[in-house]
Amino acid sequence: MGLQYLDKKGRPLVAVTGMGVVTSLGRGKAVNWQGLTSGSSGIRHITRFPTDGLRTTIAGTVESAASQPYSAYELASEIAEDAIAEALVQAGLDTGEGFDGPLFIATPPSEFEWPLLSELYRNGSPVEGGTAYARMLAAARTGKFEGMARHLEFASIASRLQDRFGTKGEPISLCTACASGATAIQMGVEAIRRGETQMALCGATDATVHPEGLVRFSLLSALSTKNDTPEKASKPFSRNRDGFVIAEGAGAVVVESLASAEARGAAVLGIVLGCGEKADDYHRTRSKPDGSAIIGAIRGAMVDAGLETVDYVNAHGTSTPENDKMEYFSLRAVLGNTLDRTPVSSNKSMVGHTLIAAGAVEAVFSLLTLANGILPPTVNYDDPDPELPLDVVPNTSRAAEVNSVLSNSFGFGGQNACLVFSSLKEAVS
Amino acid sequence: MNARDVWITGVGLLTSLGEGGEAHVSALQANAGTLHIDEMTYAPYPIYPLGDVDFGKQIPKKSDQRQMELWQRVGVYASGLALADSGLAHDPVLLSKTNLIVAAGSGGRDTAVDSRILDTMSSTTETELLAKEILPTALRPTLFLAQLSNLLAGNISIVHNVTASSRTFMGEEMAGLAAIENAHRRITSGQGDIFLVGGALNANREDLLLGYELGKNLWAHPYKGVWSRKEKGGGFIPGSAGAFLVLEAREHAEARGRKPYARLCDVVTDCCRRKPGEATRALGSLFDTLDVPEGPLAVMSGASGVEPIASEELEFLQGLDERGYQVAIHAHGSQIGHTVEAHFPAGVGLAALALANGRFFAPSDENWVETEFEGDSLSRVLVTGAGHWRGEGLALLERVE
Repeated sequence: MGLQYLDKKGRPLVAVTGMGVVTSLGRGKAVNWQGLTSGSSGIRHITRFPTDGLRTTIAGTVESAASQPYSAYELASEIAEDAIAEALVQAGLDTGEGFDGPLFIATPPSEFEWPLLSELYRNGSPVEGGTAYARMLAAARTGKFEGMARHLEFASIASRLQDRFGTKGEPISLCTACASGATAIQMGVEAIRRGETQMALCGATDATVHPEGLVRFSLLSALSTKNDTPEKASKPFSRNRDGFVIAEGAGAVVVESLASAEARGAAVLGIVLGCGEKADDYHRTRSKPDGSAIIGAIRGAMVDAGLETVDYVNAHGTSTPENDKMEYFSLRAVLGNTLDRTPVSSNKSMVGHTLIAAGAVEAVFSLLTLANGILPPTVNYDDPDPELPLDVVPNTSRAAEVNSVLSNSFGFGGQNACLVFSSLKEAVS
Repeated sequence: MNARDVWITGVGLLTSLGEGGEAHVSALQANAGTLHIDEMTYAPYPIYPLGDVDFGKQIPKKSDQRQMELWQRVGVYASGLALADSGLAHDPVLLSKTNLIVAAGSGGRDTAVDSRILDTMSSTTETELLAKEILPTALRPTLFLAQLSNLLAGNISIVHNVTASSRTFMGEEMAGLAAIENAHRRITSGQGDIFLVGGALNANREDLLLGYELGKNLWAHPYKGVWSRKEKGGGFIPGSAGAFLVLEAREHAEARGRKPYARLCDVVTDCCRRKPGEATRALGSLFDTLDVPEGPLAVMSGASGVEPIASEELEFLQGLDERGYQVAIHAHGSQIGHTVEAHFPAGVGLAALALANGRFFAPSDENWVETEFEGDSLSRVLVTGAGHWRGEGLALLERVE
């Protein structure tokens, strides 16, 4: 392989040749980029179900006429298909002949939702001395509800995507909580670096705005309760931030060896220059007070990329008191004084926290930032947290030459993954 | 770059047969009598429950145990066994270099809370109301964390300090196949030196049974071994288990003076659409990519008992006879139950134990499929993993002299 296709460590350079995205701002890169750069918010009052009595009644939902009645499986699958289809078109790979590489897809939990439980319960005969589950099992034994199994099978979203897009080999469904989207991309990069494949389809999807989903995160005190002004609720790095806003979305990228991309004349949208990860062993929902795991993930990505500074940071920036503080201190620890001249903004101020999908959605936004030379803002930045002195690109987007972006993703459960994207020019310099 | 050898330097097993390597080797070399099956609690569905486990031996803090559902405690326990077995436990330097890959489903729902809600409501429209009024008071904040797929990995990091990286794969049996395959590839290519890989299942859960019964996957009759269920349509009997392995680059193991159980030569996977005959062909094609010398071949089969895949796998295995292999099959699912995400890691772990002992296991029960291994010496074992609805995989292990 020609040297121009290798990174500084002698590994194949990995290009991005296609991207697709769905969020509460809409479907597709164009509408999302328009929304992000104009500071629009996708956060609204929830209309999917009645919210009386819930502590949080706002979310960044994706509306769908197709996935009715709503279920997490249906909607998460639908928007993943949308994002992947968009990415394949851009990559020039929408030939209908099947994708010549593996699929790495991060998916939300496959679990019983209340409408399913309720239907089973109504159709089962009561079992003497048995639980409601014994009754539902009796309904399941009739075989009339086999169609429900897809909601419970952890491989079902990946399987549906494999069917539709004809990816090769075993599709991998993965979860590293809110770092999942970044992990999916990292796995594609690793497969290409190992020389197993010339390309991989990587993405993540989440559509879990349902009553129990809200209740669970409320019980963890993780959600903003600023219900009166939904578009103002997500305020990363602000002093009065009070939690994240749950949201839905999907992101997908085609990663491809630079050699393959150039050989087939595909446009290179950016390079995945580095990946880093580090697991935390401190607490299930909080990071180590010394930040060592987050620092390890950021540093790992920078070292893997062979960079000491970046032009822009696409922050995890959830708007929880804990995350934003730890993220700031960790960035400071790795980037030092250069952080003072590095803009850091959070897309979550506009699209909310798309959970499993966030790393992939924000990878697409990071690459759009590189390509367009416009930094999307952190909106709702009216009350800066003096403890976190950052250039958050407050409230309005800004033009800037960007050749490298660090995108952070940190998950509940201690999984942290960071990606560094760069322009082709930066990668071969 | 030359591919690096992958050694199995730690095995951690916790199943209905007991815990640790010796307990499993003696149970599997003995014969059928040792099965531990509960046919009553969830009749007509048998399950393989765990015996009494003192979780405090691997999870010293009660506060940690309280944060976990049984599925997670089982996995954290088995992973602790594997780490200790490999000499990694309590070695902060090595643990911070150890990568974690977990094959996971999810934790259990609070079936008592669900039952109360379902018993109180009478129509769908009430569902959400009840979910809102009852759930906020009934759900424990920690239960959600106990349900999340990635929190088995999270708890392993917290309890055992494994922190180099942490990834969780999902997708039933495919998760276990992918976990071992991915670790193998990262080691051979130099993307990592040492991995803790495995999965866990708690079979003692009505919500788990309901999920699998919806897909008509369960065996709902008195016990029969996995090869003897076809005439009643097949099905799997869930088994509680934790199965973790330490996979390590040979150089890395040698540098710290560790001997392996076996070499993991290769792991190959596919995911066909399961049209009739397709899985048999897929397994055959995978086998063709492995370099297996003709002659006696011991096979640790991950057959679940679900049809038609159990018969399709058998057709592949019996077809090997015509190609010059004298196949001796042992399906661990007959003895520990089908452990879904943990099943392939368990099969690889058991195969490694057999190789280290130089002796394959006795046939798992009175059936028409399994026979004694008749080779002079046990030098390699083929491990199969054909998921009950998706995913096919093979691993080849070799004795290290």
